[in-house]
Amino acid sequence: MNQSRIIPWIGFGLGALYFLIPLIATFEFSMRMERGTYSFKAYRIVFADPGFQASFAYSAVIAVLTIIVGVALVVPTAYLVQLKLPRLRPVVEFLTLLPLVIPAIVIVFGYLRMYNSSSILPLTGSARGTDLLLIFAYVMLSLPYMYRSVDTALRTIDIRTLTEAAQSLGSSWPRIMLQVILPNVRVGVLSGAFLTFAIVIGEFTMASLLNRPAFGPYMQLIGANRAYEPAALAIIAFAVTWACMGLIQLVASLSPGSKR
Amino acid sequence: MSTTALPASAARDRRINWSWVGVLPFIAFTLFFLILPAANLIVGAFQDANGAFTLKNIVNLGQPAIVRSYVLSLQVSAASAAAGVLLGFLLALAVIHGMLPRWVRPTLMTFSGVASQFAGVPLAFAFLATLGRTGLVTAILMTLFDFNIYRAGFNLLSFLGLTLTYLYFQIPLMVLVITPALDGLKREWREAASTLGATGGQYWRMVALPILWPPMLGAFLLLFANAFGAIATAYALTGSSFNLITILLYAQIRGDALHDPNLGYALALGMIVITGVSNGAYIWLASRSARWIR
Repeated sequence: MNQSRIIPWIGFGLGALYFLIPLIATFEFSMRMERGTYSFKAYRIVFADPGFQASFAYSAVIAVLTIIVGVALVVPTAYLVQLKLPRLRPVVEFLTLLPLVIPAIVIVFGYLRMYNSSSILPLTGSARGTDLLLIFAYVMLSLPYMYRSVDTALRTIDIRTLTEAAQSLGSSWPRIMLQVILPNVRVGVLSGAFLTFAIVIGEFTMASLLNRPAFGPYMQLIGANRAYEPAALAIIAFAVTWACMGLIQLVASLSPGSKR
Repeated sequence: MSTTALPASAARDRRINWSWVGVLPFIAFTLFFLILPAANLIVGAFQDANGAFTLKNIVNLGQPAIVRSYVLSLQVSAASAAAGVLLGFLLALAVIHGMLPRWVRPTLMTFSGVASQFAGVPLAFAFLATLGRTGLVTAILMTLFDFNIYRAGFNLLSFLGLTLTYLYFQIPLMVLVITPALDGLKREWREAASTLGATGGQYWRMVALPILWPPMLGAFLLLFANAFGAIATAYALTGSSFNLITILLYAQIRGDALHDPNLGYALALGMIVITGVSNGAYIWLASRSARWIR
Protein backbone atom coordinates (compact mmCIF):
# COMPACT_ATOMS: atom_id res chain seq x y z
CA MET A 1 0.00 0.00 0.00
CA ASN A 2 3.00 2.32 -0.06
CA GLN A 3 2.13 3.75 -3.43
CA SER A 4 2.96 7.24 -4.45
CA ARG A 5 0.54 9.84 -3.20
CA ILE A 6 0.93 11.96 -6.31
CA ILE A 7 -2.08 10.58 -8.17
CA PRO A 8 -4.55 11.07 -5.27
CA TRP A 9 -3.18 14.61 -4.83
CA ILE A 10 -3.68 15.35 -8.53
CA GLY A 11 -7.24 13.99 -8.34
CA PHE A 12 -8.04 16.07 -5.28
CA GLY A 13 -6.40 19.12 -6.83
CA LEU A 14 -8.40 18.86 -10.05
CA GLY A 15 -11.60 18.42 -8.05
CA ALA A 16 -10.77 21.45 -5.93
CA LEU A 17 -10.09 23.49 -9.08
CA TYR A 18 -13.41 22.51 -10.66
CA PHE A 19 -15.30 23.49 -7.52
CA LEU A 20 -13.38 26.61 -6.57
CA ILE A 21 -12.96 28.26 -9.98
CA PRO A 22 -16.71 28.99 -10.46
CA LEU A 23 -16.87 30.47 -6.97
CA ILE A 24 -13.81 32.65 -7.56
CA ALA A 25 -15.09 33.65 -11.00
CA THR A 26 -18.53 34.52 -9.63
CA PHE A 27 -17.03 36.57 -6.83
CA GLU A 28 -14.68 38.36 -9.23
CA PHE A 29 -17.56 39.04 -11.63
CA SER A 30 -19.77 40.39 -8.84
CA MET A 31 -17.04 42.96 -7.99
CA ARG A 32 -16.68 44.26 -11.55
CA MET A 33 -19.71 46.53 -11.61
CA GLU A 34 -17.70 49.74 -11.46
CA ARG A 35 -15.47 50.11 -14.47
CA GLY A 36 -11.74 49.69 -13.88
CA THR A 37 -11.92 48.92 -10.17
CA TYR A 38 -13.20 46.23 -7.85
CA SER A 39 -16.05 47.27 -5.58
CA PHE A 40 -19.02 45.91 -3.67
CA LYS A 41 -21.42 48.07 -5.65
CA ALA A 42 -23.45 45.13 -6.96
CA TYR A 43 -23.97 43.93 -3.38
CA ARG A 44 -24.98 47.41 -2.21
CA ILE A 45 -27.54 47.61 -5.01
CA VAL A 46 -28.88 44.13 -4.25
CA PHE A 47 -29.19 44.72 -0.51
CA ALA A 48 -30.85 48.10 -1.05
CA ASP A 49 -33.38 46.68 -3.51
CA PRO A 50 -36.82 46.48 -1.85
CA GLY A 51 -37.55 43.51 -4.12
CA PHE A 52 -34.60 41.63 -2.63
CA GLN A 53 -35.59 42.44 0.95
CA ALA A 54 -39.24 41.52 0.42
CA SER A 55 -38.60 38.27 -1.47
CA PHE A 56 -35.84 37.10 0.88
CA ALA A 57 -38.01 37.85 3.91
CA TYR A 58 -40.96 36.09 2.31
CA SER A 59 -38.91 32.96 1.56
CA ALA A 60 -37.37 32.99 5.04
CA VAL A 61 -40.82 33.13 6.68
CA ILE A 62 -42.12 30.38 4.37
CA ALA A 63 -39.03 28.29 5.23
CA VAL A 64 -39.61 28.67 8.98
CA LEU A 65 -43.28 27.75 8.63
CA THR A 66 -42.30 24.78 6.47
CA ILE A 67 -39.94 23.60 9.19
CA ILE A 68 -42.64 23.93 11.88
CA VAL A 69 -45.23 22.01 9.86
CA GLY A 70 -42.63 19.43 8.81
CA VAL A 71 -41.45 18.78 12.39
CA ALA A 72 -45.02 18.55 13.69
CA LEU A 73 -45.79 16.01 11.00
CA VAL A 74 -42.60 13.96 11.05
CA VAL A 75 -41.64 13.64 14.74
CA PRO A 76 -44.86 11.98 16.01
CA THR A 77 -45.00 9.75 12.92
CA ALA A 78 -41.40 8.57 13.14
CA TYR A 79 -41.84 8.06 16.89
CA LEU A 80 -45.00 5.99 16.57
CA VAL A 81 -43.62 3.94 13.68
CA GLN A 82 -40.54 3.08 15.69
CA LEU A 83 -42.31 2.38 18.98
CA LYS A 84 -45.77 1.05 18.14
CA LEU A 85 -46.18 0.40 14.46
CA PRO A 86 -43.00 -1.21 13.11
CA ARG A 87 -45.09 -3.00 10.49
CA LEU A 88 -45.91 0.39 9.00
CA ARG A 89 -42.24 1.27 8.52
CA PRO A 90 -41.89 0.15 4.87
CA VAL A 91 -45.02 2.09 3.90
CA VAL A 92 -43.96 5.27 5.69
CA GLU A 93 -40.40 5.07 4.37
CA PHE A 94 -41.73 4.58 0.86
CA LEU A 95 -43.97 7.63 1.23
CA THR A 96 -41.09 9.76 2.50
CA LEU A 97 -38.99 8.76 -0.51
CA LEU A 98 -41.74 9.51 -3.05
CA PRO A 99 -40.88 13.24 -3.29
CA LEU A 100 -37.51 12.15 -4.69
CA VAL A 101 -39.29 10.03 -7.29
CA ILE A 102 -41.94 12.50 -8.46
CA PRO A 103 -40.25 15.65 -9.80
CA ALA A 104 -41.20 18.88 -8.00
CA ILE A 105 -42.62 20.37 -11.19
CA VAL A 106 -45.01 17.43 -11.52
CA ILE A 107 -46.18 17.72 -7.90
CA VAL A 108 -46.97 21.41 -8.29
CA PHE A 109 -48.69 20.71 -11.62
CA GLY A 110 -50.92 18.27 -9.73
CA TYR A 111 -51.64 20.92 -7.08
CA LEU A 112 -52.68 23.42 -9.74
CA ARG A 113 -55.09 20.89 -11.20
CA MET A 114 -56.46 19.69 -7.87
CA TYR A 115 -56.65 22.91 -5.84
CA ASN A 116 -57.51 25.47 -8.53
CA SER A 117 -60.15 28.13 -7.94
CA SER A 118 -62.96 25.98 -9.35
CA SER A 119 -62.19 22.89 -7.24
CA ILE A 120 -63.73 21.74 -3.95
CA LEU A 121 -60.75 23.05 -1.99
CA PRO A 122 -59.79 26.22 -3.93
CA LEU A 123 -56.45 26.90 -2.22
CA THR A 124 -55.02 28.80 -5.19
CA GLY A 125 -58.03 31.13 -5.16
CA SER A 126 -56.48 33.45 -2.57
CA ALA A 127 -52.97 34.65 -1.76
CA ARG A 128 -53.04 33.17 1.77
CA GLY A 129 -54.38 29.88 0.45
CA THR A 130 -51.57 29.72 -2.12
CA ASP A 131 -49.02 30.52 0.60
CA LEU A 132 -50.39 27.56 2.53
CA LEU A 133 -50.14 25.36 -0.56
CA LEU A 134 -46.53 26.50 -1.10
CA ILE A 135 -45.69 25.60 2.51
CA PHE A 136 -47.23 22.15 2.04
CA ALA A 137 -45.32 21.76 -1.22
CA TYR A 138 -42.06 22.55 0.58
CA VAL A 139 -42.92 20.17 3.43
CA MET A 140 -43.20 17.50 0.74
CA LEU A 141 -39.93 18.56 -0.90
CA SER A 142 -38.03 18.37 2.39
CA LEU A 143 -39.82 15.26 3.68
CA PRO A 144 -37.08 12.75 2.66
CA TYR A 145 -34.40 14.75 4.48
CA MET A 146 -36.47 15.70 7.52
CA TYR A 147 -37.75 12.17 8.05
CA ARG A 148 -34.34 10.60 7.69
CA SER A 149 -32.62 12.93 10.14
CA VAL A 150 -35.39 12.59 12.76
CA ASP A 151 -35.56 8.81 12.32
CA THR A 152 -31.78 8.51 12.73
CA ALA A 153 -31.91 10.61 15.89
CA LEU A 154 -34.74 8.48 17.31
CA ARG A 155 -32.69 5.33 16.78
CA THR A 156 -29.89 6.62 19.00
CA ILE A 157 -32.09 7.05 22.07
CA ASP A 158 -34.11 4.48 24.00
CA ILE A 159 -37.56 5.85 23.27
CA ARG A 160 -39.34 2.91 24.89
CA THR A 161 -37.74 3.46 28.29
CA LEU A 162 -38.16 7.21 28.03
CA THR A 163 -41.83 6.82 27.17
CA GLU A 164 -42.50 4.32 29.94
CA ALA A 165 -40.70 6.48 32.49
CA ALA A 166 -42.71 9.52 31.44
CA GLN A 167 -45.95 7.53 31.47
CA SER A 168 -45.30 6.10 34.94
CA LEU A 169 -44.79 9.65 36.18
CA GLY A 170 -48.18 10.54 34.76
CA SER A 171 -47.24 12.48 31.63
CA SER A 172 -49.86 12.99 28.97
CA TRP A 173 -49.11 12.19 25.32
CA PRO A 174 -48.65 15.81 24.19
CA ARG A 175 -46.30 16.32 27.11
CA ILE A 176 -44.27 13.20 26.25
CA MET A 177 -43.91 14.45 22.68
CA LEU A 178 -43.00 18.04 23.51
CA GLN A 179 -40.97 17.65 26.69
CA VAL A 180 -39.43 14.19 26.43
CA ILE A 181 -39.07 13.10 22.80
CA LEU A 182 -38.54 16.42 21.04
CA PRO A 183 -35.63 17.60 23.26
CA ASN A 184 -33.96 14.22 22.83
CA VAL A 185 -34.09 14.30 19.04
CA ARG A 186 -33.25 17.99 18.72
CA VAL A 187 -30.03 17.24 16.83
CA GLY A 188 -31.96 15.42 14.13
CA VAL A 189 -34.70 18.03 14.11
CA LEU A 190 -32.20 20.88 13.77
CA SER A 191 -30.23 19.12 11.01
CA GLY A 192 -33.46 18.55 9.10
CA ALA A 193 -34.51 22.13 9.78
CA PHE A 194 -31.31 23.72 8.42
CA LEU A 195 -31.33 21.46 5.36
CA THR A 196 -34.98 22.41 4.77
CA PHE A 197 -34.06 26.08 5.05
CA ALA A 198 -31.26 25.65 2.51
CA ILE A 199 -33.63 23.90 0.09
CA VAL A 200 -36.55 26.30 0.51
CA ILE A 201 -34.80 29.68 0.51
CA GLY A 202 -33.84 29.69 -3.18
CA GLU A 203 -36.41 27.26 -4.60
CA PHE A 204 -37.64 28.40 -7.99
CA THR A 205 -40.03 25.98 -9.70
CA MET A 206 -42.84 25.66 -7.18
CA ALA A 207 -42.82 29.30 -6.08
CA SER A 208 -42.78 30.47 -9.68
CA LEU A 209 -45.63 28.23 -10.84
CA LEU A 210 -47.72 29.16 -7.80
CA ASN A 211 -46.96 32.83 -8.55
CA ARG A 212 -45.61 33.63 -5.10
CA PRO A 213 -43.13 36.51 -4.56
CA ALA A 214 -40.31 34.27 -3.32
CA PHE A 215 -36.53 34.64 -3.51
CA GLY A 216 -36.04 32.02 -6.27
CA PRO A 217 -38.28 33.74 -8.84
CA TYR A 218 -36.77 37.09 -7.82
CA MET A 219 -33.27 35.80 -8.59
CA GLN A 220 -34.44 34.45 -11.93
CA LEU A 221 -35.96 37.84 -12.80
CA ILE A 222 -32.76 39.68 -11.89
CA GLY A 223 -30.77 37.15 -13.90
CA ALA A 224 -32.82 37.87 -16.98
CA ASN A 225 -32.45 41.66 -16.69
CA ARG A 226 -29.15 42.57 -15.02
CA ALA A 227 -25.47 41.84 -15.52
CA TYR A 228 -23.56 42.00 -12.21
CA GLU A 229 -26.27 41.66 -9.59
CA PRO A 230 -26.91 37.96 -10.42
CA ALA A 231 -23.30 37.13 -9.55
CA ALA A 232 -23.70 38.92 -6.22
CA LEU A 233 -26.93 37.00 -5.62
CA ALA A 234 -25.18 33.71 -6.39
CA ILE A 235 -22.49 34.50 -3.80
CA ILE A 236 -25.19 35.43 -1.25
CA ALA A 237 -27.12 32.22 -1.97
CA PHE A 238 -23.94 30.18 -1.65
CA ALA A 239 -23.17 31.85 1.67
CA VAL A 240 -26.67 31.02 2.97
CA THR A 241 -26.31 27.37 1.91
CA TRP A 242 -22.86 27.23 3.47
CA ALA A 243 -24.19 28.74 6.72
CA CYS A 244 -26.99 26.14 6.89
CA MET A 245 -24.57 23.25 6.34
CA GLY A 246 -22.13 24.73 8.84
CA LEU A 247 -24.90 24.96 11.43
CA ILE A 248 -25.78 21.28 10.83
CA GLN A 249 -22.16 20.28 11.54
CA LEU A 250 -22.02 22.56 14.56
CA VAL A 251 -25.22 21.08 16.00
CA ALA A 252 -23.97 17.55 15.39
CA SER A 253 -20.63 18.22 17.07
CA LEU A 254 -22.28 19.87 20.07
CA SER A 255 -24.63 16.93 20.64
CA PRO A 256 -23.92 14.76 23.66
CA GLY A 257 -23.81 11.59 21.55
CA SER A 258 -20.82 12.68 19.48
CA LYS A 259 -18.46 13.04 22.45
CA ARG A 260 -18.15 9.31 22.91
CA MET B 1 -71.52 -10.46 21.67
CA SER B 2 -67.96 -9.70 22.61
CA THR B 3 -68.73 -8.70 26.17
CA THR B 4 -66.85 -11.78 27.37
CA ALA B 5 -63.79 -11.14 25.19
CA LEU B 6 -60.41 -11.11 26.87
CA PRO B 7 -59.89 -7.70 28.47
CA ALA B 8 -56.18 -7.77 27.66
CA SER B 9 -56.75 -8.04 23.93
CA ALA B 10 -59.40 -5.34 24.10
CA ALA B 11 -56.93 -3.03 25.80
CA ARG B 12 -54.30 -3.84 23.20
CA ASP B 13 -56.77 -3.12 20.42
CA ARG B 14 -57.55 0.26 21.88
CA ARG B 15 -53.86 1.15 22.16
CA ILE B 16 -53.16 0.15 18.55
CA ASN B 17 -56.04 2.31 17.44
CA TRP B 18 -54.58 5.33 19.22
CA SER B 19 -51.24 4.79 17.50
CA TRP B 20 -53.02 4.67 14.17
CA VAL B 21 -54.72 7.95 14.98
CA GLY B 22 -51.27 9.41 15.64
CA VAL B 23 -49.95 8.59 12.17
CA LEU B 24 -53.19 9.61 10.50
CA PRO B 25 -52.13 13.25 9.90
CA PHE B 26 -49.03 12.05 8.09
CA ILE B 27 -50.96 9.56 5.97
CA ALA B 28 -53.63 12.14 5.15
CA PHE B 29 -51.00 14.75 4.32
CA THR B 30 -49.09 12.52 1.90
CA LEU B 31 -52.40 11.42 0.41
CA PHE B 32 -53.66 14.94 -0.26
CA PHE B 33 -50.42 16.64 -1.21
CA LEU B 34 -48.47 13.88 -2.92
CA ILE B 35 -50.47 10.82 -3.98
CA LEU B 36 -53.76 12.39 -5.07
CA PRO B 37 -52.20 15.30 -7.02
CA ALA B 38 -49.99 12.83 -8.89
CA ALA B 39 -52.90 10.42 -9.41
CA ASN B 40 -54.99 13.33 -10.62
CA LEU B 41 -52.47 14.01 -13.40
CA ILE B 42 -52.23 10.35 -14.30
CA VAL B 43 -56.02 10.15 -14.65
CA GLY B 44 -55.99 13.34 -16.72
CA ALA B 45 -53.45 11.78 -19.05
CA PHE B 46 -56.05 9.17 -20.02
CA GLN B 47 -58.94 11.60 -20.52
CA ASP B 48 -60.02 13.78 -23.42
CA ALA B 49 -61.29 17.35 -23.01
CA ASN B 50 -64.74 16.03 -22.02
CA GLY B 51 -63.40 13.62 -19.42
CA ALA B 52 -63.95 10.43 -21.44
CA PHE B 53 -61.32 7.71 -21.48
CA THR B 54 -58.80 7.94 -24.31
CA LEU B 55 -55.28 6.86 -25.25
CA LYS B 56 -54.93 9.77 -27.65
CA ASN B 57 -52.74 11.81 -25.24
CA ILE B 58 -50.28 8.96 -24.86
CA VAL B 59 -50.14 8.56 -28.64
CA ASN B 60 -49.65 12.31 -29.04
CA LEU B 61 -46.50 12.11 -26.93
CA GLY B 62 -44.97 10.80 -30.17
CA GLN B 63 -44.96 14.31 -31.67
CA PRO B 64 -41.43 15.16 -32.86
CA ALA B 65 -41.12 18.23 -30.58
CA ILE B 66 -42.08 16.23 -27.47
CA VAL B 67 -39.87 13.27 -28.37
CA ARG B 68 -36.98 15.68 -28.93
CA SER B 69 -37.51 17.16 -25.46
CA TYR B 70 -37.61 13.75 -23.79
CA VAL B 71 -34.49 12.63 -25.67
CA LEU B 72 -32.60 15.82 -24.79
CA SER B 73 -33.54 15.47 -21.10
CA LEU B 74 -32.53 11.81 -21.12
CA GLN B 75 -29.21 12.65 -22.76
CA VAL B 76 -28.33 15.47 -20.39
CA SER B 77 -29.37 13.37 -17.38
CA ALA B 78 -27.47 10.29 -18.55
CA ALA B 79 -24.33 12.25 -19.50
CA SER B 80 -24.23 14.26 -16.26
CA ALA B 81 -24.98 11.12 -14.21
CA ALA B 82 -22.31 9.02 -15.95
CA ALA B 83 -19.64 11.72 -15.69
CA GLY B 84 -20.76 12.49 -12.12
CA VAL B 85 -20.47 8.84 -11.09
CA LEU B 86 -17.04 8.42 -12.66
CA LEU B 87 -15.50 11.69 -11.44
CA GLY B 88 -17.19 11.55 -8.03
CA PHE B 89 -15.95 8.00 -7.57
CA LEU B 90 -12.37 8.91 -8.46
CA LEU B 91 -12.49 11.95 -6.19
CA ALA B 92 -13.88 9.95 -3.26
CA LEU B 93 -11.36 7.18 -3.92
CA ALA B 94 -8.45 9.62 -3.95
CA VAL B 95 -9.55 11.16 -0.67
CA ILE B 96 -10.59 8.00 1.19
CA HIS B 97 -7.97 5.48 0.04
CA GLY B 98 -5.25 7.86 -1.19
CA MET B 99 -3.60 8.34 2.21
CA LEU B 100 -3.96 12.11 2.05
CA PRO B 101 -3.69 14.22 5.23
CA ARG B 102 -6.53 13.92 7.72
CA TRP B 103 -8.06 17.35 7.06
CA VAL B 104 -8.82 16.50 3.43
CA ARG B 105 -11.70 14.13 4.03
CA PRO B 106 -13.90 16.26 6.34
CA THR B 107 -13.25 19.24 4.06
CA LEU B 108 -14.45 17.31 1.02
CA MET B 109 -17.49 15.96 2.89
CA THR B 110 -18.60 19.37 4.16
CA PHE B 111 -18.08 20.94 0.78
CA SER B 112 -19.99 18.13 -0.92
CA GLY B 113 -22.91 18.68 1.44
CA VAL B 114 -23.01 22.34 0.43
CA ALA B 115 -22.39 21.89 -3.30
CA SER B 116 -24.92 19.07 -3.69
CA GLN B 117 -27.57 21.51 -2.43
CA PHE B 118 -26.19 24.46 -4.39
CA ALA B 119 -28.33 24.00 -7.47
CA GLY B 120 -31.01 26.00 -9.15
CA VAL B 121 -30.85 29.63 -10.22
CA PRO B 122 -27.62 30.71 -8.41
CA LEU B 123 -25.68 27.83 -9.96
CA ALA B 124 -26.62 29.13 -13.40
CA PHE B 125 -25.34 32.59 -12.42
CA ALA B 126 -22.08 31.11 -11.19
CA PHE B 127 -21.43 29.31 -14.46
CA LEU B 128 -22.41 32.35 -16.53
CA ALA B 129 -19.79 34.31 -14.57
CA THR B 130 -17.25 31.52 -15.19
CA LEU B 131 -17.80 30.21 -18.71
CA GLY B 132 -20.26 32.72 -20.16
CA ARG B 133 -19.20 35.01 -22.99
CA THR B 134 -17.77 37.52 -20.51
CA GLY B 135 -16.92 34.95 -17.83
CA LEU B 136 -13.62 34.85 -16.00
CA VAL B 137 -12.30 31.59 -17.45
CA THR B 138 -13.39 32.61 -20.94
CA ALA B 139 -11.51 35.91 -20.53
CA ILE B 140 -8.39 34.29 -19.04
CA LEU B 141 -8.16 31.76 -21.88
CA MET B 142 -8.53 34.60 -24.34
CA THR B 143 -5.83 36.86 -22.87
CA LEU B 144 -3.32 34.16 -21.91
CA PHE B 145 -3.64 31.76 -24.83
CA ASP B 146 -5.54 33.89 -27.34
CA PHE B 147 -8.05 31.05 -27.41
CA ASN B 148 -11.73 31.96 -27.79
CA ILE B 149 -13.73 28.97 -26.56
CA TYR B 150 -16.89 30.39 -28.12
CA ARG B 151 -15.24 30.65 -31.52
CA ALA B 152 -14.03 27.08 -31.04
CA GLY B 153 -17.65 25.96 -30.82
CA PHE B 154 -18.24 25.95 -27.07
CA ASN B 155 -21.51 27.37 -25.79
CA LEU B 156 -22.61 27.38 -22.18
CA LEU B 157 -26.22 27.31 -23.39
CA SER B 158 -25.78 23.91 -24.98
CA PHE B 159 -25.75 20.22 -24.18
CA LEU B 160 -22.08 20.29 -23.15
CA GLY B 161 -22.45 23.52 -21.18
CA LEU B 162 -25.48 22.30 -19.28
CA THR B 163 -23.86 18.94 -18.51
CA LEU B 164 -20.74 20.71 -17.23
CA THR B 165 -22.96 22.89 -15.02
CA TYR B 166 -24.97 19.95 -13.66
CA LEU B 167 -21.71 18.23 -12.65
CA TYR B 168 -21.31 20.91 -10.00
CA PHE B 169 -24.02 19.22 -7.93
CA GLN B 170 -23.75 15.72 -9.41
CA ILE B 171 -20.11 15.05 -8.44
CA PRO B 172 -20.63 16.08 -4.76
CA LEU B 173 -23.81 13.99 -4.60
CA MET B 174 -21.82 11.00 -5.90
CA VAL B 175 -19.12 11.62 -3.28
CA LEU B 176 -21.76 11.60 -0.52
CA VAL B 177 -23.53 8.50 -1.86
CA ILE B 178 -20.45 6.36 -2.58
CA THR B 179 -18.43 7.17 0.56
CA PRO B 180 -20.14 4.51 2.75
CA ALA B 181 -19.46 1.91 0.06
CA LEU B 182 -15.79 2.90 -0.20
CA ASP B 183 -15.50 2.85 3.59
CA GLY B 184 -16.93 -0.67 3.44
CA LEU B 185 -14.02 -1.93 1.34
CA LYS B 186 -12.08 -3.61 4.06
CA ARG B 187 -8.32 -3.28 4.19
CA GLU B 188 -8.12 -7.02 4.95
CA TRP B 189 -9.58 -7.87 1.55
CA ARG B 190 -6.79 -6.02 -0.19
CA GLU B 191 -4.18 -7.59 2.07
CA ALA B 192 -5.67 -11.04 1.52
CA ALA B 193 -5.62 -10.48 -2.24
CA SER B 194 -1.99 -9.38 -2.29
CA THR B 195 -0.97 -12.23 0.04
CA LEU B 196 -2.45 -14.58 -2.54
CA GLY B 197 -0.34 -12.86 -5.20
CA ALA B 198 -2.94 -10.58 -6.81
CA THR B 199 -1.77 -7.39 -8.47
CA GLY B 200 -3.49 -4.08 -7.84
CA GLY B 201 -5.36 -4.42 -11.12
CA GLN B 202 -6.52 -7.93 -10.27
CA TYR B 203 -7.68 -6.78 -6.85
CA TRP B 204 -9.82 -4.06 -8.42
CA ARG B 205 -11.16 -6.26 -11.22
CA MET B 206 -11.91 -9.35 -9.14
CA VAL B 207 -12.62 -8.07 -5.62
CA ALA B 208 -13.41 -4.38 -5.32
CA LEU B 209 -15.44 -3.68 -8.45
CA PRO B 210 -17.75 -6.71 -8.13
CA ILE B 211 -18.62 -5.42 -4.66
CA LEU B 212 -18.84 -1.80 -5.72
CA TRP B 213 -20.86 -2.12 -8.90
CA PRO B 214 -24.34 -2.31 -7.31
CA PRO B 215 -23.85 0.91 -5.30
CA MET B 216 -22.18 2.53 -8.34
CA LEU B 217 -25.09 1.63 -10.62
CA GLY B 218 -27.51 2.69 -7.90
CA ALA B 219 -25.73 6.02 -7.59
CA PHE B 220 -25.98 6.45 -11.36
CA LEU B 221 -29.75 5.98 -11.21
CA LEU B 222 -30.08 8.41 -8.31
CA LEU B 223 -28.00 11.05 -10.12
CA PHE B 224 -29.96 10.42 -13.30
CA ALA B 225 -33.32 11.06 -11.63
CA ASN B 226 -31.81 14.06 -9.86
CA ALA B 227 -30.84 15.68 -13.15
CA PHE B 228 -34.00 14.61 -14.96
CA GLY B 229 -36.34 16.45 -12.60
CA ALA B 230 -34.17 19.59 -12.46
CA ILE B 231 -35.37 22.73 -14.18
CA ALA B 232 -34.28 25.92 -12.40
CA THR B 233 -30.62 25.81 -13.47
CA ALA B 234 -31.43 25.17 -17.12
CA TYR B 235 -34.21 27.76 -17.12
CA ALA B 236 -32.03 30.48 -15.58
CA LEU B 237 -29.14 29.57 -17.87
CA THR B 238 -30.93 29.34 -21.19
CA GLY B 239 -34.37 30.86 -20.71
CA SER B 240 -36.95 28.78 -22.50
CA SER B 241 -34.76 28.25 -25.56
CA PHE B 242 -33.28 24.93 -24.46
CA ASN B 243 -36.09 22.42 -24.72
CA LEU B 244 -35.64 20.04 -21.84
CA ILE B 245 -38.81 18.16 -20.95
CA THR B 246 -39.07 20.07 -17.66
CA ILE B 247 -38.84 23.38 -19.52
CA LEU B 248 -41.52 22.26 -21.99
CA LEU B 249 -43.72 21.19 -19.06
CA TYR B 250 -43.07 24.55 -17.35
CA ALA B 251 -44.22 26.39 -20.47
CA GLN B 252 -47.25 24.09 -20.69
CA ILE B 253 -48.26 24.77 -17.06
CA ARG B 254 -47.65 28.50 -17.48
CA GLY B 255 -49.55 29.03 -20.71
CA ASP B 256 -50.77 25.79 -22.28
CA ALA B 257 -47.92 25.87 -24.80
CA LEU B 258 -49.13 22.62 -26.38
CA HIS B 259 -52.71 23.94 -26.72
CA ASP B 260 -53.96 20.71 -25.17
CA PRO B 261 -54.20 20.50 -21.34
CA ASN B 262 -54.59 16.73 -21.35
CA LEU B 263 -51.43 16.31 -23.40
CA GLY B 264 -49.71 18.22 -20.60
CA TYR B 265 -50.87 15.57 -18.12
CA ALA B 266 -49.48 12.86 -20.38
CA LEU B 267 -46.17 14.77 -20.43
CA ALA B 268 -46.12 14.66 -16.62
CA LEU B 269 -47.04 10.97 -16.63
CA GLY B 270 -44.07 10.23 -18.89
CA MET B 271 -41.77 12.00 -16.41
CA ILE B 272 -43.19 10.06 -13.44
CA VAL B 273 -42.65 6.77 -15.31
CA ILE B 274 -39.01 7.62 -16.13
CA THR B 275 -38.03 8.82 -12.64
CA GLY B 276 -40.12 6.04 -11.09
CA VAL B 277 -38.27 3.30 -12.98
CA SER B 278 -34.93 4.94 -12.24
CA ASN B 279 -35.61 5.32 -8.51
CA GLY B 280 -37.27 1.92 -8.22
CA ALA B 281 -34.16 0.28 -9.65
CA TYR B 282 -32.03 2.36 -7.26
CA ILE B 283 -33.99 1.22 -4.19
CA TRP B 284 -33.77 -2.38 -5.36
CA LEU B 285 -30.01 -2.14 -5.88
CA ALA B 286 -29.50 -0.35 -2.57
CA SER B 287 -31.26 -3.14 -0.70
CA ARG B 288 -29.12 -5.72 -2.55
CA SER B 289 -25.80 -4.06 -1.80
CA ALA B 290 -26.64 -3.29 1.83
CA ARG B 291 -25.64 -6.76 2.98
CA TRP B 292 -22.05 -6.38 1.68
CA ILE B 293 -21.37 -2.94 3.00
CA ARG B 294 -21.41 -3.20 6.76
